Amino acid sequence: MAKLIEWRANLLQERVSVVKHSTELVRELEKKAITVRQEIVKMTSNANSGHLGGSLSCVDILIALYFHHLKHNPQNPSWSERDRFVLSKGHAAPAFYATLALSGYFPKEELSTIRNINSRLQGHPDNRKTPGVEVSTGSLGQGLSVAVGMALGFRLAGKNNHVYALAGDGELNEGEIWEAAMFANHYKIVNITALVDRNHGQNDGREEDVMSMEPLAAKWTAFGWNVFGIDGHSIKDLLDVLDKSMENRKKPIVIIAETVKGKGISLVEGNDDYHAKCLPKELAAQVVAELEKRKEIL
Amino acid sequence: MSSTQLISTRDAFGEELVDMGKEKENIVVLSADLAKATRTSWFARAFPKRFFNVGIAEQNMMGVAAGLSTIGFIPVVSTVAIFAAGRAYDQVRNTIVHSGFNVKIAATHSGISMGKDGSSHQAIEDMALMRVIPNMTVIVPADAPETKRVLRAAIEYKGPVYIRLGRPEVPVITDEKSPFILGKADILRKGNDLSIIACGIMVPQSLKAADVLASRGIKARVINMHTIKPLDVEVLYNAAKEAGAIVTAEDHSIIGGLGSAVLEAFSCKEARPPVYRIGVRDVFGESGEPDDLMRKYGLSWQDIVKAAEEVLSLKEG
Repeated sequence: MAKLIEWRANLLQERVSVVKHSTELVRELEKKAITVRQEIVKMTSNANSGHLGGSLSCVDILIALYFHHLKHNPQNPSWSERDRFVLSKGHAAPAFYATLALSGYFPKEELSTIRNINSRLQGHPDNRKTPGVEVSTGSLGQGLSVAVGMALGFRLAGKNNHVYALAGDGELNEGEIWEAAMFANHYKIVNITALVDRNHGQNDGREEDVMSMEPLAAKWTAFGWNVFGIDGHSIKDLLDVLDKSMENRKKPIVIIAETVKGKGISLVEGNDDYHAKCLPKELAAQVVAELEKRKEIL
Repeated sequence: MSSTQLISTRDAFGEELVDMGKEKENIVVLSADLAKATRTSWFARAFPKRFFNVGIAEQNMMGVAAGLSTIGFIPVVSTVAIFAAGRAYDQVRNTIVHSGFNVKIAATHSGISMGKDGSSHQAIEDMALMRVIPNMTVIVPADAPETKRVLRAAIEYKGPVYIRLGRPEVPVITDEKSPFILGKADILRKGNDLSIIACGIMVPQSLKAADVLASRGIKARVINMHTIKPLDVEVLYNAAKEAGAIVTAEDHSIIGGLGSAVLEAFSCKEARPPVYRIGVRDVFGESGEPDDLMRKYGLSWQDIVKAAEEVLSLKEG
């Protein structure tokens, strides 16, 4: 945490001024985040596969978006006035599906079918199968380009819809991310917000060991983006920064959300083994029960 | 040949794109620092607000086009074939086609006939790469007027399309007025001794070969198989039934392109005609004048004549 604070102090381009959100709202969303984490544990355990660590790390970001910030209508997924969300880190599909189901895009019962044959819930998001998914993703590095294209499309059409893309920090190794970043800057596309799930982990281990991305904020700044840095597990911070980032936009914005891989489950937290691994059934049930208790305390 | 007029398919593409831009305000065009070479600079001049140069970044170009298509625009992306199908393959496959997005990919400078830039820039695998993607449509116009009809049809069609264009000037062999129907091949010359099935730049070569064969008393049916996918299998089965021997001709590797598609169509058929494939024989090309390259790599009308005679001997034998 000391490291995080230091990082925030050194690299923040813009300070998040405090926007008031009621404690009731924050608590309600925190409960939803626990529910999504429970569903992720069940889904990956049921499927006996799936990316547990990187799903758990981005839950709070998804909750802040889908249950407060994003303009969308689960009853009408193709509503023309909706904001767009692209899950560029497609392997966080369990977190995405649980969030969509909880929002009402499809029944929660369907979550248990993830990765099964004939399911609408593929291992990675498939826009032709799953309500609420805008674009198929999974091959890393591609979602930000699509999001930037959407944002440009809205500007061309004279519309105000906003576009969000969530990328992993490991995903930022991909060159296409930076192609998209320079494109957004060149064409002065401001109706886009990129979110980085900065969990410091990737398939082969710690990001710092595999392919270090520091100085990350400076990279985005150099590409012409405004950078916000926050604690990606603080719902309050997330709500604040999402609001704040909408004011006086002159540049595309990236929110670097400092997160922990496997967040919310002590066994998995920060454990590199759980990038693409799940919990055995019995342990999963135990974890789900513990999370339930935590929800009650909130 | 009906005309000696020579026009490159990329020129026809550039012209028609401007015309279609006037008709449809939702057409947007993207280029990866090759607007002059692909002739999209003409659209850029006419509609600067609907033209986006992405720089030398083909992967991002495909993604941006995908995004634009979701807002109701019809993006036409253009670069040379080696980069459209090669460099950005994953983006075409996973983002555009997998998502079912309405993006048109116009790939110029295809095949060995692109000439002097050499093998690094000669796409001889692009039809294969695009054809194997589920739900992809692949079209190879034979000349300038057909290119215009193809672009029109591709824009009317809802879904991803790969249009394969060439650099050299090619003779005009189709009629402005004759229709282009996606997936329906055109029989340009009637004949029942054998069929020459060609696409793109090899169609005029095939017509020339048919003339020479006719002078030797051999009547070749010439089929312009402009749509590689979905393939017109009816025209193939009729050709097999009525003419019994086939030569395919393409400026592409003999692996994976038109010749392969034709052979696949016969794989479960009881009556399988002998098929001789004209194409680049699994080697990289080199720099040179298009005509010289086509002769050296076995893509000339003379090669088609020789193949026709060989395949006829197989049919008769």
